[in-house]
Amino acid sequence: MSDVKKFLYVNRKAPYGTIYALESLEVVLIGAAFDQDVSLAFLDDGVFQLTRGQETDEIGVKNFSPTFRALGDYDVTKLYVERESLEERGLTEDDLQEITYEDEDDDWAEKPSIRVVSRAEMTDIMAQQDVILSF
Amino acid sequence: MEYHVNGKTIPADEEGYITNLADWDKDVALEIAKSEGIEMDDERWEVVNFLRDYYDEYQIAPAVRVLIKAIKKSMGPEKGNNKYLYELFPYGPAKQACKIAGLPKPTGCV
Repeated sequence: MSDVKKFLYVNRKAPYGTIYALESLEVVLIGAAFDQDVSLAFLDDGVFQLTRGQETDEIGVKNFSPTFRALGDYDVTKLYVERESLEERGLTEDDLQEITYEDEDDDWAEKPSIRVVSRAEMTDIMAQQDVILSF
Repeated sequence: MEYHVNGKTIPADEEGYITNLADWDKDVALEIAKSEGIEMDDERWEVVNFLRDYYDEYQIAPAVRVLIKAIKKSMGPEKGNNKYLYELFPYGPAKQACKIAGLPKPTGCV
């Protein structure tokens, strides 16, 4: 397993209006097959991707927000959300949907995947990566 | 391509995945299964229904290893394994069962 690299997918855009958010999620799901150490970061308008209660009927596109809850099945269990980005948009962690994974190493206990971090912590997380893909 | 079921024409892509999720019903599933050379029984319906429930909840058709893991969790290891699922769907449980379930091709399948 020495070839495992740390991948961070950075999501900066609102979920709808452009294809970036959906494309990023699809790349994550496809890339998950390669058994790498994958994390996702949500900052700027990207934090809107994780908000609860999304309703897209009126704009005629698929609401893909439930798919974030499948990430745990794909062993993607680290979703970092920048606190300052939330605050700047009048959001708190309570506005985000609940996303959990089952920890194989802890008797399949259900644990939250979303970790709200400060801008300074996000900088450190980015500095630790081998590969950063920005959407 | 397209399927003909009870006097209706159901459009599908060149690989046989139906284009419109809302066109699906049990008769459509049986017709797709027939064209795949698969005879549906309780075990196969169980997998197809599982996939439809998964899609309802997460809006994606899971990759095969995710499907196997999820079936193992909900139905036990005697069904959640490669051998059992490939016996039911020889051309791939995710690909073939998704097609019969009226879902898009699994994300991550090429």
